[in-house]
Amino acid sequence: MCHPGGPRVVRWCPRPTVTRPHRPPYTPGVSTSTEVDPTTRARDILGVSRLTNSALTGWLHGLPGVDQVGCEARAAALSTRSVKTSSKAWAIDTAISMIDLTTLEGADTPGKVRGLATRALVPDPSDPSTPSPAAVCVYGDMVPFAREVIGERDVRIAAVATAFPSGRASRAVKLADTRDAVQNGADEIDMVIDRGAFLAGDYLSVFREIAETKEACGDARLKVIMETGELVTYDNVRRASWLSMLAGGDFIKTSTGKISPAATLPVTLVMLEAVRDWRDATGEQVGVKPAGGIRTSKDAIKFLVTVNEVAGEDWLSNEWFRFGASSLLNDLLLQRQKMTTGAYSGADYVADDAPSGY
Amino acid sequence: MPTFEYAPAPESRAVVDIASSHGLFIGGEFVEATGGKPFKTLNPATEEVLSEVSEATADDVDAAVRAARSAYTRVWSRMSGADRGKYLYRIARIIQERARELAVLETLDNGKPIKESRDVDIPLVAAHFFYHAGWADKLSYAALGENPRPVGVVGQVIPWNFPLLMLAWKVAPALACGNTVVLKPAETTPLTALLFAEICQQAELPAGVVNIVTGAGATGQAIVDHPGIDKLAFTGSTGVGKMIARSISGTRKKATLELGGKGANIIFDDAPVDQAVEGIVNGIFFNQGHVCCAGSRILVQENVADEVVRRLKRRLTTLRIGDPMDKNTDVGAINSRAQLQRIEELTAAGSQEGAERWDSGCELPSTGYWFRPTVFTDVSQSHRVAQEEIFGPVVSVLTFRTPGEAVAKANNTPYGLSAGIWTEKGSRILWMADQLRAGVVWANTFNKFDPTSPFGGYKESGYGREGGRHGLEAYVKTGSDQ
Amino acid sequence: MSARVDVRKTYKLYIGGKFPRSESGRSYEVLAAPTGRRATPRFLANAAMGSRKDARDAVVAARKAQPGWAGATAYNRGQVLYRVAEVMEGRRAQLVQDVRDSEGLTPARAEAVVSAAIDRWVWYAGWADKYAQVLGGLNPVAGPYFDISAPEPTGVVAVLAPQASSLLGLVSVVAPVVVSGNTCVVLASEDRPLPAIDLAECLATSDVPGGVVNVVTGRTAEVAPWLASHRDVNAIDLTGAADAAGVEWGDLELAAAENLKRVLRPGGSGPEAVEPDFDAVPDLSRLTAFLETKTVWHPKGR
Repeated sequence: MCHPGGPRVVRWCPRPTVTRPHRPPYTPGVSTSTEVDPTTRARDILGVSRLTNSALTGWLHGLPGVDQVGCEARAAALSTRSVKTSSKAWAIDTAISMIDLTTLEGADTPGKVRGLATRALVPDPSDPSTPSPAAVCVYGDMVPFAREVIGERDVRIAAVATAFPSGRASRAVKLADTRDAVQNGADEIDMVIDRGAFLAGDYLSVFREIAETKEACGDARLKVIMETGELVTYDNVRRASWLSMLAGGDFIKTSTGKISPAATLPVTLVMLEAVRDWRDATGEQVGVKPAGGIRTSKDAIKFLVTVNEVAGEDWLSNEWFRFGASSLLNDLLLQRQKMTTGAYSGADYVADDAPSGY
Repeated sequence: MPTFEYAPAPESRAVVDIASSHGLFIGGEFVEATGGKPFKTLNPATEEVLSEVSEATADDVDAAVRAARSAYTRVWSRMSGADRGKYLYRIARIIQERARELAVLETLDNGKPIKESRDVDIPLVAAHFFYHAGWADKLSYAALGENPRPVGVVGQVIPWNFPLLMLAWKVAPALACGNTVVLKPAETTPLTALLFAEICQQAELPAGVVNIVTGAGATGQAIVDHPGIDKLAFTGSTGVGKMIARSISGTRKKATLELGGKGANIIFDDAPVDQAVEGIVNGIFFNQGHVCCAGSRILVQENVADEVVRRLKRRLTTLRIGDPMDKNTDVGAINSRAQLQRIEELTAAGSQEGAERWDSGCELPSTGYWFRPTVFTDVSQSHRVAQEEIFGPVVSVLTFRTPGEAVAKANNTPYGLSAGIWTEKGSRILWMADQLRAGVVWANTFNKFDPTSPFGGYKESGYGREGGRHGLEAYVKTGSDQ
Repeated sequence: MSARVDVRKTYKLYIGGKFPRSESGRSYEVLAAPTGRRATPRFLANAAMGSRKDARDAVVAARKAQPGWAGATAYNRGQVLYRVAEVMEGRRAQLVQDVRDSEGLTPARAEAVVSAAIDRWVWYAGWADKYAQVLGGLNPVAGPYFDISAPEPTGVVAVLAPQASSLLGLVSVVAPVVVSGNTCVVLASEDRPLPAIDLAECLATSDVPGGVVNVVTGRTAEVAPWLASHRDVNAIDLTGAADAAGVEWGDLELAAAENLKRVLRPGGSGPEAVEPDFDAVPDLSRLTAFLETKTVWHPKGR
């Protein structure tokens, strides 16, 4: 369990480029490492002698369906939880610690990325007890600039890869993209699946791409972006979740942030059911990352409630749950200040090195 | 200590102001009862006395019926439908305006979680009045028969499980159709009905159109037996429903009876399993299982029974039982000591007869009436827990092998109020829905209610429908009806 | 040339598509209605004096037939019932004769009554595939749900046929019960049972499955209480309690309360029971009295 850390003294001291994080990655309570090759493992799980597309299709289409209305009603019911006082304070700090503070713009510059990284280290200069976000999330070529700022400190660097956000490139290009980001020092890789292949029913291709990307990640943790807004149905979200986990993803992630709808609560609910059931079935724990569209503390707390009541408290740490967000941090800080001072705060009291509206 | 413990989030009680004693609402005024023995109404979560309520005697009931008759003859039956409708719209709006107050009062008096009174009961109450308001001047379009006209004075006796909602189900259609009303709320939950009387005053509803008399069985019997009553509407137990049917036999009083149930919630192996588990929970633990249409029998296909039960139990460990005023409470207090004793007796019988009993083991408050959500497995049709209405947070799990067997088991009861079907196969849903002898069939959902949707039972679950166009039938006479 | 000795008909019960005698072995004399010209009533036939056990057997037959009858398509039920009218037309002469004898009518009036009875049967038969559309429909609930209410038959209905109107009245109470898929046990007019047996013969020679309509003749006061208290009967039509010897309809309603039967009370006001005017144009009320409304919800999602 990750309780947000205590006071953290951080000084801004840029360092020369660091090429690789040498800190070992997470040591999860339940192993997610796939020492056997993913195809062998998948054959075991499916109980087939050869991993074919039809075997995968049978398996995925055999998953229980998701009733949209019931699923959304459950998410709405979880949204009515009232989280106040001490539990709200805990939830705000936990949510901050779960953020992958993100900038994924064509206009990203070294300056903007450095600002973002700095912000991650010192989210609230007025209150050093404020926890840091889990990671910054940038394009692969921007990783060195983030690393300059973060160095060896306890904020991870995640890079999107595999021809993010569309995923429309050859496998070779996507794998090269991944290796490049890892080479640049990324601790975590956020890949996109080939939605076209998924929707065309070519599950084997999606599986292989994830497995090969995982291999290219080396020690970096792999988050698999399913782009649920393009998969549309919850049945597809469930199938894509299981396929991603089967292929070795360490996290399943909703969205690139470039497609709307992005991280809705019901989609996240379906994914949380998937990781819960996956652990029941295999003993392996996989993380969940809703990304895009989560802007307020109130929203973030609804997600935490859902994590708590659907997947369970084992997922209530930044090891297993992340928010992909940029502006969310600002609102969490405002709420945090309100809880500290008792007065409502305002944007002028939140230092923002990377305002999203330019 | 859980990682994420929700701090107490109590709804404020300041919004209600409960008088220490209440009279009867007769002829537009609160009046003293003529000599019945006043009784106390408790908060079942704390056993705290909330107020003292009058017991209406037969004389009081007579006064109420006379007031209703006078209002019927002189005012209400002569008023245009459009004007009647406007009064109902007023009432709907005042209910919306005073929604929080009504929700808090309902939760205090009934023990149901504030989240339910706030998000389900009271919004539906307002919706019922809003819906029926619009019917008042459109009855001739309702395909009820030629020349629809009011029945007269309606006696209404309602239960304690959805106190104000059941009032709305009764009063709104009665008034829309031009009848006047003498209503008795349940003796353990009279307070929102008495607040509704105030709302009638605020709406300037003509005096005597709605009369509210409080009391227990004797008061109800006085309403049933009063010769000035033209129609009775009752929601409650099948036992009392039969007594009413006997009481009015050989008279020309009409009746609608909405009675008990032992609903089957049928889970097939191709069900959307997460939603099905939610459906089971919503079907039996909503409102502490004090729901006549509760899905109190789970019929699960044998090949997925263990899996479904495992998921159900896991889900039940996340249910939050306790202070009904806490906004995070999922399961509140049992409404009365008597009801708690009945639940305890029937569940004890379940264990004795060899069913496997499980509950989440959660902590319960030390005062008040509480019962943990409970699951019986290894239940067969002959067990009492599978036959009798428990009216509490207790579900029995039975298995079946084929759709036909599911139907046979579901229908194998004198009741016929509700049923649930969980399968992703459309044609099976429609086939099952045809076969099930139940007035409401929820497919891939459960316990949904709407003012436009007729509700009522087959067989010993009663007769007549409430809600929708069909619900109007009970409140009009047509053609050559006398 | 001597007159031909005619072959007389034996009037028996009609249960489960067969024509048994009463299990009790009893029969009773059926006399023609007095017409004023004759001093002593003319003997018409011996009718079976049905017993409570005959009624019980009839309920069993009705229960057995009910799912199949309700499960037939509405179009099919409509055609089968229309066929009954065709057969009635073919047996018109006997119907006219028995109605005339039973009710003491003039030949012209008896013709008119039989015509009305056949027409009424046709009218109800035509409702088979229409009433569900008139009475059911989509409910516009405030949520993403498909919500539909449709009428269904209530099950097995006991019918006390009118005492006076032996054919038109009989048709007017039986047709609306069975058109929706109910099955019934009809207690025929006590003193005028012969047209009921004629109708049973029409039913037996049409395509109506055995058990859908069962006819018991006999003493209303003797048999009706057993039907009223029968737990496997879903509803009871007390129309024929009017002018039935020794029958208090309130007592029957009281017995019916034990399993909450749907009760169609007899005409009239107060405790008095009056046989309705069956010449009047009917409405849907006799049909709706024996229907249940079933509401089905389903979410609408992707």
